[in-house]
Amino acid sequence: MEHTPPPFFVRGPAPLVRLAFFASLSLALLVLDARFRYAENLRSVLSLAAYPLQQAARLPVALAEGVAGYFTSQSQLREENEGLRARLLASAQGAQRYEAAAAEASQLRRLIGAAERFERKSMPAEILYSGRDPFSRKVILDRGTQHGVRAGNPVVDEVGVIGQLTRAHAFISEVTLLIDKDQAVPVQVVRNGLRAIAFGGGASGMLELRYMAANADIENGDRLVTSGIDGTYPPGLPVASVVRVERDASYTFARVLAQPSAGVERGRYALVLSSEARLPPYPGEAAAERKAAKKGRPKKKDADGS
Amino acid sequence: MGPDRPQYILLPVRVGTIAASFAGALLLNFLPWPDLTLAPDFVALTLAFWCVRQPRLVGLGTAWGLGLLVDAGNGVLLGQHALAYSALAFCAIALSRRILWFENWGQMLHMLLLLEGAQLVALGVRLAAGDEFPGWSLFAGPLAATALWPAVGWLLLIPQRRPIEIDQNRPI
Repeated sequence: MEHTPPPFFVRGPAPLVRLAFFASLSLALLVLDARFRYAENLRSVLSLAAYPLQQAARLPVALAEGVAGYFTSQSQLREENEGLRARLLASAQGAQRYEAAAAEASQLRRLIGAAERFERKSMPAEILYSGRDPFSRKVILDRGTQHGVRAGNPVVDEVGVIGQLTRAHAFISEVTLLIDKDQAVPVQVVRNGLRAIAFGGGASGMLELRYMAANADIENGDRLVTSGIDGTYPPGLPVASVVRVERDASYTFARVLAQPSAGVERGRYALVLSSEARLPPYPGEAAAERKAAKKGRPKKKDADGS
Repeated sequence: MGPDRPQYILLPVRVGTIAASFAGALLLNFLPWPDLTLAPDFVALTLAFWCVRQPRLVGLGTAWGLGLLVDAGNGVLLGQHALAYSALAFCAIALSRRILWFENWGQMLHMLLLLEGAQLVALGVRLAAGDEFPGWSLFAGPLAATALWPAVGWLLLIPQRRPIEIDQNRPI
């Protein structure tokens, strides 16, 4: 006769079996996410589930800000207004000059037959919180695909670049800051146009220009702006200024450290720029297109193509 | 619950209380903390508490699901917290009978080990994924969480306490 315990004592699989099950499930997910990026849909669904809680967590902060705003005195407001008006006046002058310069530049570009630059749309966003991850530098914005932001969009503040939008969910999105170890920005030295790539320095909060030749013409205090050759960042946005250059004859490359210009880890508001720049297709795609056209299947070329 | 202390009989726990406490912990985790080094992981703390108190209601499945939510909310590798929380829940359940016999200090010592262990699991996952060690301040969060253990225990058991009524017919 088979001996089974009465149902009162049945407690499911043994704890160790359960641990093994859930641990292997986690490990499978980890590998899928880290190696193959298959878990993005699941992540979107989960982030949607966490969204109400994130909004609720914002409430006390918003409430405190509202109360503080209610009690700002009239004199403070007037002072701030005056200051803002003065700044508006100062920047209006610059804006007028910019318009004239932009018109002139586009005329010159037409003259030499270069592709025109298009205005990018920008969307203001608020930083909800910074990710609780000591290994990476990320912040969460309150704009998502529903508001029109896309993964890959550059994110700036009033001074310069702060990072890039790396993951867009329905209502929120993740921004990888410039100083994250895995983030890279193509930059250019303003003084002489030297191109370089700035990598995040991680915990130091600095940027590092890697692969610069030991005799590269770069000095302390050089300003770095985006070069725009990647097509993601618009050209000319301030990124950082060089604070230290170490040249050691025993190494092939110079060690160049730069301090980000924008308030990468400060500030509550940011601007997401759309990346709708018109670019020629990548060389691989262009070759494939030509091949398809040769095969006698005339394919309508994109307006931005070739 | 020591051998020489009075033991109060608590009301049975309601599932709603547990769910609400987890929602509150997630909310606290999603608060915009100005400095993250000393920010305790409230979800891990609440999870450990319920695993010790109610090992038959809260188990590895709950831990795994919560871990996934935390992973997605923070934008880290999916499965990192799920793995750490599963290990934490397993150890807490295995030690639940033992931990409850200790006074506050003994319980906190156990909690410190469990929470640091969970942090160590997360660290191992990230190191395996190719990140670099972010510094020893990583282990300050569990310290802060451990300091909160008595307060959390008092707070989460409020719904289960009943008023102490002493009258002549029932002197206890």
